[in-house]
Formats: sequence, structure tokens, C-alpha cells
Amino acid sequence: MRKKETASVKTRRFIANTVVHICLAALAIVWLFPIFWVILTSFRGEKGSYVSSFFPKTYTLDNYKRLFTDTSILNFPQMFMNTLIIACFCAVISTFFILATSYCLSRLRFKMRKPFMNVAMVLGLFPGFMSMVAVYYILKAIGLSEGSMIRVALVLVYTAGSGIGFQISKGFFDTIPKSLDEAAFIDGATKFQVFTKVTLPLSKPTIVYTVLTSFMAPWLDFIFAKVICRADAKYYTVSIGLWKMLEKEYIDSWYTCFAAGAVLVSIPIAILFVCMQNCYVEGMAGAVKG
Amino acid sequence: MSKNAEKKGRKKRVNYFATPYTLSNALKEGGTATKISLLVMGAANIAHKQIVKGLLFLALEIAYFAYMIKIGFGCLAMLPSLGDKASEKVWNEAKGIYEYTAGDQSILILLYGIIAIAITVLFVLLWRASVTSGYKAQYLSERKMHVNNFIEDVKDLFNGNLHKMLMALPLTGILAFTVLPLIFMITMAFTNYSKVDDHLTLFDWVGLANFAKVLNFKDSIGQTFWSVLGWTIIWAVFATGLNYIFGMILGIVINRKGTRCKAFWRFCFVLSIAVPQFVSLLIMRTCLQPEGAVNVLLKNMGIINESLPFFTNATWARVTVIIINCWVGIPYTLLQVTGILQNIPAELYEAARVDGANAVVTFFKITLPYMLFVTTPYLITQFTGNVNNFNVIFLLSGGSPTPVGSTAGKTDLLVTWLYKLTIDQQYYNLGAVIGILTFVVLAIVALVTYRNTGSYKNEEGFM
Repeated sequence: MRKKETASVKTRRFIANTVVHICLAALAIVWLFPIFWVILTSFRGEKGSYVSSFFPKTYTLDNYKRLFTDTSILNFPQMFMNTLIIACFCAVISTFFILATSYCLSRLRFKMRKPFMNVAMVLGLFPGFMSMVAVYYILKAIGLSEGSMIRVALVLVYTAGSGIGFQISKGFFDTIPKSLDEAAFIDGATKFQVFTKVTLPLSKPTIVYTVLTSFMAPWLDFIFAKVICRADAKYYTVSIGLWKMLEKEYIDSWYTCFAAGAVLVSIPIAILFVCMQNCYVEGMAGAVKG
Repeated sequence: MSKNAEKKGRKKRVNYFATPYTLSNALKEGGTATKISLLVMGAANIAHKQIVKGLLFLALEIAYFAYMIKIGFGCLAMLPSLGDKASEKVWNEAKGIYEYTAGDQSILILLYGIIAIAITVLFVLLWRASVTSGYKAQYLSERKMHVNNFIEDVKDLFNGNLHKMLMALPLTGILAFTVLPLIFMITMAFTNYSKVDDHLTLFDWVGLANFAKVLNFKDSIGQTFWSVLGWTIIWAVFATGLNYIFGMILGIVINRKGTRCKAFWRFCFVLSIAVPQFVSLLIMRTCLQPEGAVNVLLKNMGIINESLPFFTNATWARVTVIIINCWVGIPYTLLQVTGILQNIPAELYEAARVDGANAVVTFFKITLPYMLFVTTPYLITQFTGNVNNFNVIFLLSGGSPTPVGSTAGKTDLLVTWLYKLTIDQQYYNLGAVIGILTFVVLAIVALVTYRNTGSYKNEEGFM
């Protein structure tokens, strides 16, 4: 009797597990399908966005080749370099801004601390694009809207306000025990030395997280880049370039190249992201375990 | 009372701030040098042997007045009128050609005026700092205490005043590229800066007329505003709610005991985050066009005869963007909730099982209340994020389908409408008004929710 019951429980559990796994597999296919589609399209031999069959009729590497050789209309290698340069500067400057702000807000006590945090929250409620036009005029007024200064302008736009995004690293710094700081103070360290020699070495996950998110920002944004670059194709970033390829006049000849470009941009970001995931979880979990 | 005590306790630790060196004390008890420093900044510092500091204050004061006399006052004087000299065509006899005179450009007058005001505000703060610093020097030397020299002051920037050094640059960045543009944009809402009646170079203050226009039910812009606002709220509620619930269910299913290869399933879903959003969204947009891959393949398979109107029918478009937003958002929720789900006390579930509750009941009676309790702040951020969710709408549907003659499409949110109004249509003033109204909506939602969270917390349902 008892044996029979366990057996029926077992079959029920087996059925439930199978159903769950089938559902998960179906969902995973739905989620991975667009990615699979991009990769397939990037190897498609037929041009144009019109497809008549799911799998390409011919496979080719020409799309990738063309992306790097056909620089007459859309200069992908140059866009790639532009974005890379901007991203490197962003990574350094934003990381400094964010870490400095969050350390001050987490560890130091000063009069403007609370007001600053409240103002930062209120600023976050305004739509980010609202000030876009104003930013453009300000950049124009200080002479950064023409020629090679556009790169400087883009770096400024991506980094200048980054101090507001202090929450995650502040949360991390909050978890580092204060006793470590106090021990250092007793040994005669200044607050700056505590920041550079005690706090920062303990904060690798959050530093990595901040560097990666700052580095990725210029690859992902294209609204600000579009407004600031206007028609100056020499300074386009990758995202504007990809966006252009899907515009009416280019889509027929560039659609498969778009997919190739998308794959090329996605691979490094996906790798960074998978690495970052651990740091993200650790950054959330705090510095000291157990 | 307790708040006061707490304040005192904090100040005691900070100690430099519960100082007698305030502006009012400086005015009441300041000596001659301090009084002089009200006019000549840094005088008191110089008198009390802080020569470099005093000279720095003085130099900044001279720089400010030089700026104001040379540029600043002119900018401020132009601010009320915003300029009225139009660019004109003048016949140049000598060269025998028409020349254009430089007219006023209201937008630059407005910008420079705001910058002048901002610099003046900063100067007032600096003036206050100089007076209190001078009084501090006087106070300390009167009591025969040590007055810091310049090198000690610089050294203190790395210790007691570390926040001043570390925050200086980030704060400048925020002020110059976040706060200043925001103020600039807000002032635009009170002007007639738009292509209507050709006010793109010369415009005037119009008070609250733009707000009246946008909020007016009878005006065409007003009607668009209310319908866009309605859709924005529907969108934000559905986008936030569906992502939250389905993300959580997915999290539960992956985390349940019987599921194998948990890491693998999580990886499948998280991979979709790793692809840049604009890539995946643009791909979906091209696939869902009337002649796009999805329709063509369905037609070839003989499932449908006519193209499905993904972005050409209003209802279809709205449902499509919400569903695709689920595709985008659920993995994020999955990442966020996984940790919290594991923290739900197992006893709660065991007790429920003993009482004979099935999975659905457990979800609604235990998991959901617990999660809501813990993640309300996250939900609020998500809601604000979705109201301002520019990327998904702009890249996916671009707001279409757009009724003829309207400035906003059926799937346009306030933010994408703002973008269209400013960048495409050049109604800068209306764009600014919509930005401000979006802020108002969000502020109300955030305030109401936070207040409810407070009362919710008092019940301490799960603590």
C-alpha cells in the first residue's frame, strides 16, 4: 500500500518535472530565437531584408568582409575605432567619478550628503532625453560641436553626469566593515589613504562592474550620439552606423551586413556581460562573506 | 526630540560642522578685517596670515566682477526681452551685394543669461565661504589657536576635507551637464520657442500659455497629450506588472527542487540581455514588418493569407510592444529576484504544504506578498524606467501607427513624443512642457507608493 503511494507520487513528480523542462525549453527557444536569427542572417548569401525561407539558401562570409572593406558609404572600421576610443575614456573617467562620489556618500559625513542624495533621486525622475537639446546648445557654446571635438563632446556627455549613478557602489562600500577604516586611522592613515589602500583593494567586484558598465555605455547609446554628431559621418559611433544600415535607402544592400555588425558588437559585450554577472552578484552580496 | 539628538550626535562626530563659524556670527562678532572681507573677499584671511588663501579668494572675486562687467550684465539685461533684433538683409554699396546683419539669437541669450545667473549663485556661495573662512581665521587667532597655513589646508583636502576634493569634479560634471541643461530646458517651457510663427531664432516669454495648451482638452495638442498620457500609464503598468510576475514565476520554476541544469536555463535567458538592446529590437522590428521575415514565413507555410498588422494596427501594435518588452525585461527580473526568492523562509512553504495548499495558492499567499514587501523600491524604479522607456518604443514601433495629421503615434510614450516634438517637429517649448509633466506624473507615483510602503512596513507582515 505504502509502496504504491510513493510510486504514484514518483510518477506525478516525474510528469511535473517533464512538463516544467519542456516549458523551460520552449521558453528558452523563444528567448534565444532572435539571437540565432541574427547569426543566421549574418551568414546569409542573399542580399536584402526580404526572406523567403527560414534557413539561408547560400552561406557566405562576404558580409563580414564587406563590413571592413566597403568603407565608401558607411565606414564601419572607423566607427568601431571611434567607439573604442570614446569607450576607453568613458571607462576611466566615469569609474573615477562614480567611485569617488559613492565613497564620499558611504564613508564620509558632511553637511551636503543627505541633500545631495535627495537631489540625485529627484534628477533621476526627469526623462533623460529632455535635456538633450539643451546639452547640444551648451556643447555648441563651448565650441565642442564641430570637427574632432565631437569625440570630446561625446565623452563629456557620457561621463559628466555619471556621479549620479552612485547607488550600486555605495551599497557595496556600505558593507565593508568600518573597523578596517578605524584600524587604519589608528595606524595614522589619512582618509585618502584609507580610500586608496583599504577600501579600493577590497572592492574589486564593484570596480569591475563600474568599469564594464561605463565602457559599454557608448556602444549602446545612439540617441545622444545622433544628436551630437548630426550629419558628420566621420565621427559616427557603431550604434548610429548600425541604425543607418536599416534606413530605407540602405536596407536592401546592407541588411545582412547589419547582422554581421550586430554579431561583432554583441560578442565582446556578451563576453563582458557573462564575466560581469559574477561581479554583479558579488557586488550585490557585499564585500565580506559569511 | 530624538531627531534633534540624532542630529547632534552626527554633528559631534563630524564636529567641523557644528562650528561657531557661521555667517551670522561673522556679521555679529567679526573684527575690522572680517568686516572688510564682506566687500574685499579674503581680506580677513590675509590679515590672519592665510595669505595664499586670501589672495585666491580675492582673485576669484576680481575674476567674477571682470566677467560680469564684460559679459554677465549684458546677458542678464537681455534676459527679460530675449532679444528683438531680427537678422536683416542690408544692401552693401561698396561690395555691391546683400549682407545679413547679425540678429539676436534668443536661444543663446537665454543660455548665457542662465549661465550668468548660475555663476552669480556660485559667487554668492563663494562669498559666504570666504566670510566664514575669514571669521574662522580671526576666531582662532583671537584664542591663540593654530591657524592653518596654505600647505596644511591642501593636506587637509586629503583627510578631513577629502569629500571636497573627491566630489569637486563629479559635482561640476553633474551641475554643468545635468542640472544646467535641465534648468535651461525648463525655462524653454515658458517661451514660444517653436517653428510656429517662425520663432526659431527670436522668441519671447509667454508665461504658462504652453501648459494651458497642452492640458487643454479642446486643443489638438491637448487631446494628443491626454491620449498619450493614458497609453503611457497603461504601458507602464503592464510592462512593469507582466515583467515582474512572469519574471518571478520563471525564477520560481528554475529554482524549484526538481529542475535540473539551473545554471544552464538561467544562462539561456540572461544571454538575451547580453545582446545590446538596440540590436535585438531593430532585428525584431525588421522581422515584424508587413513584408518582414515573420509574415513571409507564415504566408509561405500557408498559415495566414494576409500580413499580420504588427505595427500598422493600433491594438496589434500596442500588444506587440508589450509582449516584446516582456522578452526584453523578464531576464532582468530573473536576475534581480533569484537571490531574494532563495531568502524566503522555507518554514512558510512547509507550513503551507502541511495545510494542503497547492502551488498556485502558495504563490499568491506567500511568494507574491513576500516579494512585494521586499521589492517595492525595485518596482518603483521599474515603473519610472518604463514611463521613460525610450528605447523599446523608439526602436521597435517608432510610435507607429501614426494617425494622419497627428504629432504622436498610437504607441508613442510621453518621452518618444517629446523626442519627436523637439527633434523632428521643432516644437521645443511643447517638448519641454511634456518633460516637466512627465516628471510631475512620476513624482506623484513615487510619492504615493513610498507613502504606502511606509504604512505597509508598519504592519511588519513578514518580519
